[in-house]
Amino acid sequence: MSEKVKVALYWCASCGGCEEAVVDLGEDLIRLSNMIDIVFWPVAVDFKRSDVEEMPDGSIDISFINGGIRLTEHEEMVKLLRRKSKLVVAFGSCAQTGGVPGLANLLSRDEILRYIYVEAPTVVNFEGSMPKEEVAVTSRHKIELPRLLKYVKALDQVIDVDYYIPGCAPTPEVVRRSLEILLGGKLPPKGSVLGASNKSLCDECDLNKTKPEKILLKDVKRVHEVKLDLSKCYLAQGVICLGPVTRGGCGTLCIKGGMPCTGCSGPLDNVKDFGARAISYLASILDYEDEVQARKVIEEYIVDPVGWLYRYSLPKSLVRGKYQGLESDKHE
Amino acid sequence: MSDVRIGVYVCHCGKNIGGVIDPAKVTEFAGKLPNVVVARDYMYMCSSPGQSLIEEDIKRYGLNRVIVAACSPRMHEPTFQGVLKRTGLNPWLLQMVNIREHVTWVHDDVPQRAEEKAKELVAAAVARAAHLHEITTEKFPVVSSALVIGGGIAGIRASLDLANAGIKVYLVEKKQSIGGKMAQLDKTFPTLDCSQCILTPLMVEVSRHPNISIYAYSEVVDVSGSAGDFKVKVKLKPTYVDWDKCTGCGTCVEKCPGRAPKEFDEGLSNRKAIYFEFAQAVPRRPVIDAEHCLWFTRGICRVCEKVCPVGAIDYSQKERYVELNVGAIVVAIGYELYDLSKIREYGYGKFKNVVSGLQFERISSADGPTKGRILRPSDGKEPKTIGIVLCAGSRDEKHKKYCCRYGCAAALKHVYYIKHSIPDAKVLILYTDIRAFGKGYEEFYQRFRGEEDVFFIRGRPAEIFENKDGSLIFDVYDSNTGQLVNVKADLVVLEGAVEPPKEWESLRRLLKVSCDPGGFALELHPKLRPFETTSDGVFLAGAIQGPKDIPDTVAHAAAAAAAAIGFLSKGYVESVPYLAFVNEDICSGCGLCASVCPYDAITIEEKEGKRVAKVNVINCKGCGTCVATCPSGAMQQNYFTDTQLLSEVVSLAGGVK
Repeated sequence: MSEKVKVALYWCASCGGCEEAVVDLGEDLIRLSNMIDIVFWPVAVDFKRSDVEEMPDGSIDISFINGGIRLTEHEEMVKLLRRKSKLVVAFGSCAQTGGVPGLANLLSRDEILRYIYVEAPTVVNFEGSMPKEEVAVTSRHKIELPRLLKYVKALDQVIDVDYYIPGCAPTPEVVRRSLEILLGGKLPPKGSVLGASNKSLCDECDLNKTKPEKILLKDVKRVHEVKLDLSKCYLAQGVICLGPVTRGGCGTLCIKGGMPCTGCSGPLDNVKDFGARAISYLASILDYEDEVQARKVIEEYIVDPVGWLYRYSLPKSLVRGKYQGLESDKHE
Repeated sequence: MSDVRIGVYVCHCGKNIGGVIDPAKVTEFAGKLPNVVVARDYMYMCSSPGQSLIEEDIKRYGLNRVIVAACSPRMHEPTFQGVLKRTGLNPWLLQMVNIREHVTWVHDDVPQRAEEKAKELVAAAVARAAHLHEITTEKFPVVSSALVIGGGIAGIRASLDLANAGIKVYLVEKKQSIGGKMAQLDKTFPTLDCSQCILTPLMVEVSRHPNISIYAYSEVVDVSGSAGDFKVKVKLKPTYVDWDKCTGCGTCVEKCPGRAPKEFDEGLSNRKAIYFEFAQAVPRRPVIDAEHCLWFTRGICRVCEKVCPVGAIDYSQKERYVELNVGAIVVAIGYELYDLSKIREYGYGKFKNVVSGLQFERISSADGPTKGRILRPSDGKEPKTIGIVLCAGSRDEKHKKYCCRYGCAAALKHVYYIKHSIPDAKVLILYTDIRAFGKGYEEFYQRFRGEEDVFFIRGRPAEIFENKDGSLIFDVYDSNTGQLVNVKADLVVLEGAVEPPKEWESLRRLLKVSCDPGGFALELHPKLRPFETTSDGVFLAGAIQGPKDIPDTVAHAAAAAAAAIGFLSKGYVESVPYLAFVNEDICSGCGLCASVCPYDAITIEEKEGKRVAKVNVINCKGCGTCVATCPSGAMQQNYFTDTQLLSEVVSLAGGVK
């Protein structure tokens, strides 16, 4: 096959870090450009939605989609890309498990809009104007705006996804390894997580061997409250590290930089709910005599348990988010 | 086993199940579920014909999974596993569904919905059964020796029974002599035998028994290994006397000028700084109390060294350690008296004439501080009115909630001491209830109930005050008569609460034995297995399992010894079926499983440069704590794998169409 591999890249509710992750490939990008043809990449290349619509179905070899599904526009675009692509790869935590934007599921859509457009202290909005889906510009012309969905969703909650590349954002090494697999022609089973390990982060962490025989935490500290010894397992120092629950492959970059793992690479294959696993392991190693003491410590140090343990995965958790009506209209 | 062939058997359990739901309907429903080859119901599935029914079906239909919907698996899982075994099937291909305790017993008010629930549970079991797999257990040899911790009457009885069964026994006692609390008693209720007369011959028998080694003045400091093969580290505290050279002649004790309160007399008399615990001590070897010895405190004296005819005194002695290898451990460390000074209103420790029951035993004992004459501690006068307070700290929310189980009978015994020694004395028994439950106790009670000048007042003293002459006054509300009684007594005896010894907290962690709300050792089953623990190979003898009097202690100790003998003579220990196991492909060696394992069954090992968890098959009890903790899902448990549990849950969540 002499033809280059046709690749599309798209972003949904994302911070742009995943786009950055592609750029971070550096000189490899040049080598890559000999192998691939970019047919769609809004952030860098000037193609329009209509260009994609005109492509024959299945003509894109691989679509890399990052970001969570937040707007009707995202839904439309990923469905379009699905139709046009042979393979769809969820790129980064937001696409894989909903990501940080997914924490918005703790609030209802109305609460979010009201706060952002009316209540926030820095907002001056005397009329209480709210965004509309349709605005008449002249008597004959109107513009449409995409609507905020009820829930932020992970990519595979909207379309069929073939592979996942984990990380917030995926490290260049994870991206490189994933591309090698995808372009190498020997594809792993559908649904595989690419470029990473199937063991938890502890497996590749240099500090794992410094872990004491037993870790039972009497005292939990937040990272700013303690002078971490960077040569010893952070968990053993009372700082909660999510490395044990998190898929390895990132090379423990955060830990090497003096920060405990926050779990961006998501859970391992056989774990259904990241946060539930994390709670389960934390509860097991917190060593308190009674509930009263445990509650006090938890309230004091684990101030935002959902934001912390489900930082990247609330939409894919069993609880999903704030209840906003019946199951039947959930997908609205 | 790709071809899953399930047989479902629904039991009526007489009317227990059949009286609420229609087992035939559940059977009919089960017969239509996937992989179910045959479904039947029967009046009593556990009966011989019921079992044969299953056995024949297994052969006829080539079943490879059996589901029995009946009672709790705790009741009959072994019964039906036996059926599978007899046909050559692995017993863990059985799945019980509890439609009695979980369905008919609790939902008999809504029979229709109960039947639906039974169906749903059966469907879940059918879904799960497809994922069951064969489980085999391993056998490990046991070391035929036992450690007995504590040399009181429980430890003595257990040691003798074990030793007489041909088992090597190591008896570790923290004090310098065995004998325990019973040695301090004057007489024992209800028969009033002289305590020492029945105890000391047993102590001598222990010391002379070829199968028993006594480690007195010693403590267990570490326990490793596992059931059948424990490694025990014992600390021998320094006695400053070479016990091998010493003959126990007592010259050193006689000449020693040092003085200290005598523990054996509960502080009511003094002993020397080098001393025997008591006259009949076994082993009869003295110990130097470094806190009161003039040589250790002031660098003078050394009289004992000078007078010792065999040169046994060794001031430079240090603590020593011995390592023992035993198959079983019997814990017989007994109890301690609750600190009665915590009951402030009774003034114990503040008023000299408020004494504990054990002190009163010493006062009454022929070898006690008063040579057996009942005299009150403050002035040595004979008391004429004596108050005996029962439940002092027991059955009391502020102190110990539980019953001490000896106080009532001990109080009656103390009435006997008093009336025997001072016939004209007045005795007031201040009780909550008289619990005369043991054999001969009621008769013992009746003997004193009618006695002249013995008054039974149902109430506890409000607060005890001391008069200048050392006598005590207090008010007590007698709930039998509704009267407030004003009492003036020359002596008050508190039948005090008991609690586990101080060292129990650390010892139980070494042995991995849980405790009950009172702090006592938690037995495996309160009725059926009261002398075994959740730690295999660790047995309980006597009051460490809960307060006991002597007859109960001895019975319990003999039972513990019998259980230990049974355990050791079987010759092997078997791993539990519900073993945890590691998927090494996923395990990252994060070590959290090892951190939470209550049985120290998990170690983290290096394998090809990577850390992985390893489950010690003998130590694992299948509790599942590691499985719940494992952050990566690498730890699984036999019979409770994620796949098995999920298939069950998914079926239940889907409900019955």
